[in-house]
Amino acid sequence: MMNGIGLHKKLEENTGLLIFGILFVSSIGGLVQVLPSIFQESLKTPTETTRPYGALELTGRDIYIREACSVCHSQQIRPLLAEIKRYGPYTRAGESVYDRPFLWGSKRTGPDLFRVGGKYSDIWHRLHLINPRDVVTNSIMPAYPWLAERAANADDDIQRKMLVLRKLGHPYTDAEIEAAPAALQGLAEIDALIAYLQVLGTSRKPGDTP
Amino acid sequence: MSAVQPATEYYRDRVVTALVMFSVIWAVLGMAAGVYVAAELVWPTLDFGQQWLSFGRMRTLHTNGVIFGFGVSALMGTAFYSVQRTSHVPLFAPKLAWFCCFAWQIAVLLGGISLLAGWNAAKEYAELEWPFDIAITVVWVCFAIVFFGTIAKRRIKPIYVSNWFYGALIIVIAMLHIVNSLALPVTISKSYSIFSGAQDAIVQWWYGHNAVGFLLTGGFLGMMYYFLPKHADRPIWSYRLSIVAFWAFVYSYIWAGPHHLHYNAIPEWVQSLAVVMSLILLAPSWATMINGIMTVSGAWQKLRTDPALKFIVLSLAFYGLATFEGPMMAIKSVNVVSHFTDWTIGHVHSGALGWNAMITFGTFYFLMPRLMGTGLYSIRLANIHFWLALAGTMLYVLAMWGAGVSQGLLWLSLDEMGELSFSFKDIMASMPPYYLLRFVAGLVFLAGALLMTFNLYMTIKGRRTLRVQPPEVRSHQV
Repeated sequence: MMNGIGLHKKLEENTGLLIFGILFVSSIGGLVQVLPSIFQESLKTPTETTRPYGALELTGRDIYIREACSVCHSQQIRPLLAEIKRYGPYTRAGESVYDRPFLWGSKRTGPDLFRVGGKYSDIWHRLHLINPRDVVTNSIMPAYPWLAERAANADDDIQRKMLVLRKLGHPYTDAEIEAAPAALQGLAEIDALIAYLQVLGTSRKPGDTP
Repeated sequence: MSAVQPATEYYRDRVVTALVMFSVIWAVLGMAAGVYVAAELVWPTLDFGQQWLSFGRMRTLHTNGVIFGFGVSALMGTAFYSVQRTSHVPLFAPKLAWFCCFAWQIAVLLGGISLLAGWNAAKEYAELEWPFDIAITVVWVCFAIVFFGTIAKRRIKPIYVSNWFYGALIIVIAMLHIVNSLALPVTISKSYSIFSGAQDAIVQWWYGHNAVGFLLTGGFLGMMYYFLPKHADRPIWSYRLSIVAFWAFVYSYIWAGPHHLHYNAIPEWVQSLAVVMSLILLAPSWATMINGIMTVSGAWQKLRTDPALKFIVLSLAFYGLATFEGPMMAIKSVNVVSHFTDWTIGHVHSGALGWNAMITFGTFYFLMPRLMGTGLYSIRLANIHFWLALAGTMLYVLAMWGAGVSQGLLWLSLDEMGELSFSFKDIMASMPPYYLLRFVAGLVFLAGALLMTFNLYMTIKGRRTLRVQPPEVRSHQV
C-alpha cells in the first residue's frame, strides 16, 4: 500500500500527470464500449423497408423536435409482451437509422409513439393537436393551436436540410430535393407534423417477426 | 517557489462573489420554471396557448437553468475559491476568470431564451443548439486555463483532493460535450447530429449519464471535499479512501450510460456491461459518502447550531440514497418497471434537490459571510430553509415513487387471459394526486430557496468582498 501511495504522490504533485491520468482513466469505458458501436454496421443498416423521411415528414419531425415532444413521448417499444400488445412490434435498430438525433425518449408522460402511424385518422390528430381534451377527456397534453397558423415552409430551409442530411448519408436524389418546396406549398405546420406521425413505425412489413 | 510574496498579492474573490450571486439567481429562476411545469401537468391549460410557455419548452428551460445556470455557476465559483486556498496563490489569469463568469451567464441567458424560441437539439441535457455548443466549449477551455493555471503555480506541493474532482469535472465534461455535440449546421438555429439512431442513443447516454456523473456528482464532490472539512474543522477522515474512491469513480462511471437504454434497440452486451459497472459504481460512491460523513465525527455538536453544516451532512445522506437507488434501477429486472416512469424523475430529484441543491445551499451559507467578513444575516431563517428543503425533497420523492411504481407495474399488468389489464388513459387518470403533491413539494422547496436569497442578500448588502492574502508558505515537508 505504501508503494501505491508513493505512486499517487507523483500524480498529485504534477498537474500534467494528473490531467493525463484523468483523461486516460475516463476514456477507457468510452473506447471499449461506445467506440465499437460507432463502427458496428448492423446499427446503421436500415431495414429493407426503412426509407429517409420525405420533405413534409422531415419538416414535421423538426416541429416534433422544436416542441420537445420527446420529453413526454418515447419512440421505443421494448421486447416485452405487455409493450408489444399495447404499442405493436418492438423497435429494431435498423428502423432508426435516418433519425438525427434519435428520439427514443426517456419518459412516457404520454404513450409511446413509435408505431403510432396509421393508428388514428388525420382528422383525429388535427383535433387532438389543437386541443387534446376535445378527443381525450382528462388528457394533460398541452394544446398546440399555433401549429395550424404557421406555414410549413415558413423557414424556407427544407432544401438546405435535405442537402445537409445527404452529406450525412441519407440517400436523397436531386429530384427529391428539387421537388421539396412544392411538397410543403400551401400546407400548415400541423399538416407536416401529422404526416410525420402517420409515417412513424410503418416501415415494418407484414410477416416480420413481432 | 518563492517563500515570500509581495504584500499586494491577494485572493481574487470578487469573481467568486459574483458567481455565487448569479448561481442564486439561476436557482430561483430554474426552480420556478420547474414549479411551473409541475403545475402544467396538473392544469394543462396553464400555458394559455402561448408557444413559449408550452410544457416541452419550459421543461427544457427548467433542466438547463438549474444544471447550467445554478449548478455550473456554483461549481465555477467554489472551484475558483477553493483552488486559490488549496494552492496558496491567487487565481491565474484573473481577467479570464471574469470572462468565464460573464460569458457563461450570457450563454445561459441567451441559451434559455433560445430554448423558449424552440431552438432544440433534442438531446437530453444537451438541448442547446450549435452556436451555444461552441460558446460553451470556449468558456470551458478558459475555465480549464484559469483552474489548471492556478494549480500549476501553486505554492504547496500536493494537489488537494477537491481539485482532483474539480479537475475531472473540467476534463471529462469537455470530452463528453464536444463528442456528443458533433453536428452539421443547417441554419443558426438548426443542426443535424452526425450520429443517428441507435448509435446516437449510445453516444447521447454516454454523455447524459456522465454529465450527471462528472458535473452533478464529481463537481459537487469537489465542493464537498473542500467545504465539509473546512466547515467541520476536521481533516478528511481517510486520505487513502479518497484516492481509491476517486480513481474508481473516474473509471467506472463512464461505462454506466447505456443503463438508460435497457431493452432498447442497442447491443445486449452494451446493456449488460452497463448493469455490471453501475453496480460496481456503488462502491466508490458509498466510500466517498462514508469518507465525508466520518469527517464530521468529532464535530457532531456543530449540527445543533450550524444550519450550513446541517445542509452539507444531509446532502451526503441524499447522495448515499441516490447512489444506492441508481445502481438498483440499473438492474434490468428493476429497470423494466422503472424505465419511462416518474420513478426516474423522482430519482433525479433525490439527487438534484437532496444532494446538489442542499450541498450548494450549505456551501453558500458558509461562503458568503466569509467572503464579506461578517456573520450570516439570520441563522433562524437558514434553519427554516433547512426544514423546507428537507420537506420539499421528501414530498417530491415520495410523490414520484408513488406515481412511478404504479405506472411501471400497471403498464406491464396482464389479466388471466393474457390481455392488458389497463388502458394508458386509465393509468394516467390515477396520476393527478401525485402530480399535485409534486407541485406542492416543488413550491415548498422553492420557498426555501427564496428565503436563502433574502438571507444572503441581507448578508452582503452594503458590503464589499474582503481582500484576503494567501498565507506565507515557509517550507515543505514532502
